[in-house]
Amino acid sequence: MSIVTRGFRGRREGADDRLPPGQYLTHDFPVLSAGPTPVVSRDEWTFTVRSEGGERRTWSWAELTALPVEEVTVDIHCVTRWSRLDTVWRGVSLDALLEDVESAADFALVHSHGGYTTNLPLEDLLDGQAWIAFEHDGDDLSPEHGGPARLLVPHLYFWKSAKWVSGIDLLVQDEPGFWEQLGYHDYGDPWREQRYQGD
Amino acid sequence: MLVERHPETAAASTLVLRVADWPGHLAGQHVDVRLTAEDGYQAVRSYSLAAPADGDQVEVTVQRTDGGEVSPFLADDLADGDAVEVRGPLGGWFVWRPETPGPVLLVAAGSGVVPLMAMVRARAGASRAPFRLVHSVRTPDDRIYGAELRRRVAEDAGLDVTWIYTRKAPDEDRRGTGRLQPEDLAAHGWPPDFEPTCYVCGPTGFVEAAAAMLLAAGHDPDRVRTERFGG
Amino acid sequence: MAGATYDGNLLAGPLAEVFAAEVTVAHARCAGCGRDSVVAELAVYGPDPGLVARCPGCSDVLLRLVRTPDATWLDLRGTAALRLPT
Repeated sequence: MSIVTRGFRGRREGADDRLPPGQYLTHDFPVLSAGPTPVVSRDEWTFTVRSEGGERRTWSWAELTALPVEEVTVDIHCVTRWSRLDTVWRGVSLDALLEDVESAADFALVHSHGGYTTNLPLEDLLDGQAWIAFEHDGDDLSPEHGGPARLLVPHLYFWKSAKWVSGIDLLVQDEPGFWEQLGYHDYGDPWREQRYQGD
Repeated sequence: MLVERHPETAAASTLVLRVADWPGHLAGQHVDVRLTAEDGYQAVRSYSLAAPADGDQVEVTVQRTDGGEVSPFLADDLADGDAVEVRGPLGGWFVWRPETPGPVLLVAAGSGVVPLMAMVRARAGASRAPFRLVHSVRTPDDRIYGAELRRRVAEDAGLDVTWIYTRKAPDEDRRGTGRLQPEDLAAHGWPPDFEPTCYVCGPTGFVEAAAAMLLAAGHDPDRVRTERFGG
Repeated sequence: MAGATYDGNLLAGPLAEVFAAEVTVAHARCAGCGRDSVVAELAVYGPDPGLVARCPGCSDVLLRLVRTPDATWLDLRGTAALRLPT
């Protein structure tokens, strides 16, 4: 049983109907990291999709940025309770990357440089819901925020938007990622407050 | 439960908490303080204990972090009689025991001095081990425990304290300003062949730099203990 | 290790909920590179979404700890052995 400390509210400013339950609005961009920041140059950067049959498709930086680049303005919600509204990103839609990949998989396990992983249903990466993003608010994405490129899946808690993304495995069976192995939710919908398993 | 609070500097305050059945602690140990809001929201932070226990009363010194969620609340808003949850004492590595022989070198930046002050206070009357403290602060106004340390130095030949100023130094300070340098530790620390136990505490960058200086000067890695608190 | 926000001293409280012994004074052997480190000197990232303790040598993960509202999750797969002084 916890003792309530009188007057303690935590950091909860301004209710806003664009804020999911339990979130507070922030204007800075907190950096959360589970390890050292990988140093990856655009020259050596690649992105690899591996299908459930083991077939691989790899894009270089030049090949990625030759695809149609979209600019999106989205709200992002971190499971540690901060949210930022109207963040602007430029990147390539996952639709453009996955359209040529033959797959009957239902799940995706996203991999990053440095060993981070996160899982989500494949359908949440499609239909204009996810991007490989390399610019944020008009600048190249900085290494601390995942540069050269990160996944952007803004409709799920932000730990799904893997920094330093290096590839995606398409899987028939769901496989938990770095935080999902330790009690975090496999889906992570901020509007249903799916922070932890069982939520 | 908070029983007393007094300011140390403009940005740091000492809180005296009464904790039922407190078992006592070693200098250098910390507590985890957990705050729970009425809606169940919780935040936990670690704070070093600043002094030996006085019965069931313990002291922590909290440095306010601008925009922080917990430290401004503890430093400014928590009122006498308000309850917080305290877990501890915690940690068994970054500790000093009065029965430990040999000289001690304490190196701190900012509020990293808090667990080292607990060692200075625990030593008084309990050990004759010579202590040297090198404390890096931004300005003279940021010397947490400054008055008490000057008093203790004046009364005790076994304690030396040196302040290193990074932004603004007192006029009479001939070193001037600047980050901690190997020469500062050579001049105000102990030579490695005295085999001091070294305790380094502060923000991560400071701790790594200071520990690297001590190792480069020849101190045995087994006698250099560090505690990082972010930043 | 450059970049880590904290060190293993921060693990004392969370691990005290799990273990009877004071684990930050234990030695942990990295399953990746074999290096022996005192738990208090591991490179620790976090505390949110969880605590991640890495080897100061090779930066492999030795320990992960997450507290949910009703459980503590502890993953030690990167720790080949824990040696506790008795």
